[in-house]
Amino acid sequence: MKATPFLSTMSAAVFVAGMATGATLDDVRANGELKCGVSTGLVGFAAPDASGRWEGFDVSFCRSVAAAVLGDPEKVQFVPTTGKTRFTALASGEVDLLARNTTWTFSRDVDLKFSFIGVNYYDGQGFMVPKELGVASAKDLDGATVCIQTGTTTELNLADFFRSNNISYEPVPIETNAEAQQQYLSGACDVYTTDASGLAATRASFENADEHVLLPEIISKEPLGPLVRHGDDQWSDIVRWTLNALVTAEELGVTSANLAEMQKGTNNPEINRLLGTEGDLGAMLGLDADWAMKAIGAEGNYGEVFEKTIGEATPIGLARGLNAQWTQGGLIYSPPFR
Amino acid sequence: MAITSDPPKGGFRVGMLFSDTRYRSLTFQAIAAILLALAIWYLGSNLLQNLAAAGLNISYDFLGEPAGYDINQRLIEYDSRSSHGAAAIVGVLNTLLVSVLACVTATVFGVLAGVLRLSPNWLVAKLMAFYVEIFRNIPVLIWIIIIFTIMTTVLPGPRAFRGDDPASTMFLGVAAFTNRGVYMPGPVFNNPLFAVGFLNWFLVIAVLIGSFFGARGVAKWATNVQFETGIRPTTWYFTVAIWLLPVVLLLLFMGLSWNIPELKGFNFTGGLKIGGPLIALWFALSIYTGAFIAENVRAGIQAVSKGQTEAAAALGLRPGRVMNLVVLPQALRVIIPPLISQYLNITKNSSLAIAVGYADITATLGGITLNQTGRAIECVLLLMLFYLTISLLISFFINIYNNAIKLKER
Repeated sequence: MKATPFLSTMSAAVFVAGMATGATLDDVRANGELKCGVSTGLVGFAAPDASGRWEGFDVSFCRSVAAAVLGDPEKVQFVPTTGKTRFTALASGEVDLLARNTTWTFSRDVDLKFSFIGVNYYDGQGFMVPKELGVASAKDLDGATVCIQTGTTTELNLADFFRSNNISYEPVPIETNAEAQQQYLSGACDVYTTDASGLAATRASFENADEHVLLPEIISKEPLGPLVRHGDDQWSDIVRWTLNALVTAEELGVTSANLAEMQKGTNNPEINRLLGTEGDLGAMLGLDADWAMKAIGAEGNYGEVFEKTIGEATPIGLARGLNAQWTQGGLIYSPPFR
Repeated sequence: MAITSDPPKGGFRVGMLFSDTRYRSLTFQAIAAILLALAIWYLGSNLLQNLAAAGLNISYDFLGEPAGYDINQRLIEYDSRSSHGAAAIVGVLNTLLVSVLACVTATVFGVLAGVLRLSPNWLVAKLMAFYVEIFRNIPVLIWIIIIFTIMTTVLPGPRAFRGDDPASTMFLGVAAFTNRGVYMPGPVFNNPLFAVGFLNWFLVIAVLIGSFFGARGVAKWATNVQFETGIRPTTWYFTVAIWLLPVVLLLLFMGLSWNIPELKGFNFTGGLKIGGPLIALWFALSIYTGAFIAENVRAGIQAVSKGQTEAAAALGLRPGRVMNLVVLPQALRVIIPPLISQYLNITKNSSLAIAVGYADITATLGGITLNQTGRAIECVLLLMLFYLTISLLISFFINIYNNAIKLKER
């Protein structure tokens, strides 16, 4: 009889998990709110502000999807997930959508049965070191102690990088960004490595940010994007085209400021199709005609959200770089609304 | 009275399963067992069905694939090209390492604190009461983090040892206490008998085990002589020689020398490193569980009636002998059973290791491997199997010991 409690507990956990198939759109409408998985707290991407309201790049995307689907950007329940719990949360149906700077990889897409709906931030793994170490390149890090956030692609990239450059290191796996920060600042590790955007966000929160430098090497491609479960194509279409709508809005110059004016009708048919004044793109998705307008109205277009949450005017201070529109030399590119 | 009221003989009727007290309890137990089996079957089939519906299957193939990550604390050869299975074994060994270390030190702390808490010295007794109450009333995770944080902030980093006039110097010139761990001189063999490093250490341990039996033999001989002649021969120099001579000869033959750590690049290299996470986890588990063991020990000693102590004293035994020969053997019978659960707690609490970045089985198999492969159910099943096996083994061995010391009733 010894096996009984653990078997039943385990299957009970999975039993709950198994219920989460079927039309996600109907579930979200029935619940009246979108359950969105975000990070446990990474300033600029997803973190509660002083009054407890979630703010950030990923959070804004959740609000846009909620606005498109439910018509109200506030109807979002944010579920904080760690690097370890995020996939279980999505697979089990605890969240409808995961927007948690998650790298799009083959095995996550194919083996874990998720659909990445696009890339909303092109990132890469970098290194941060104290200036006083006098290290100029990641290849000088032979023998260094490296703090890594466990449960991410970064620890695999790190192993590959040091192996291919034939240098040694000592990994210190850390569960959350906050602990990693404390370890790094106390000197228990020489280097902190994670996505370059995360490093910039972490450095921005230091008292003496100037005493730390980011090394020039970017050792991996980290296309970050929102993801949903396999098997509900309607829902993944909705999320994918919400992201595309935000990107297209920036490309076409539709902002939260001129949205009302644009909606009266313009000479540009693509803007009209996007905002639902022409054609019936919304109905094809199973949403209202003005779904994209609501999505853009939630927090602004892609560029506005970027500038407001992680752009150069914020403490995070990230340049657009690869994340500029394709017309500006970046990689942000949406298929046409047609 | 010749009339006995035999139960009425007669055929068994189905109704008796509920109305007759002889069968009723069996009936209910059978019904409960069937319901339980049905529930388990339902949950199990539901699990498999849902997994199949989600396109997943239970498969342990991932254990043979390269893990792709590195582990800082390892007792066997391992690198990022090794398999997930090897990473799990590294984790298992790390869990066992910290559990065994913590069990030993927690017992030492616990016995000391438990005995001292009964000390007639008011200050000592109150200090020990303070220790017990402080440590057992704060969750062990908090202790692990507190100790680790204190270690990393108070101890100097390796950088502080650099330069002509360093801020910190090595202890006696051979050992360095840094916030990444303690670096000590490590033994190396210049003339090893085996190419594989740990076989040499097995040889050393085998010799020590031989010495143990040799020393026991000497003690037995001395006892026999004492029984026959009434005089116990002096044996301490035999014992010392049996313990030291063979092992020293072996070590000299294998060319033992000490590798002293030195600062090279970012870290100390060479020598023996005991990592900061291991120290913090080890110390926190020992001191936390030690507080519980102290209470077990105190309960055990107080369970021995005062008359025993007084009787022993009346026979002329000195206080030390009263404790060793009369009180402790009886107290052990009360102490050992709850001690098992404390050892089990240490093993299970060691799964908090990831809080300080110690790569135990929960951090490797249940953490990184689970996350990289997405095989949550498989990994968690393996973890449960591991902890269950270890816990049952610990219970088994301590129960053997408990049977050896318990009251022999004939």
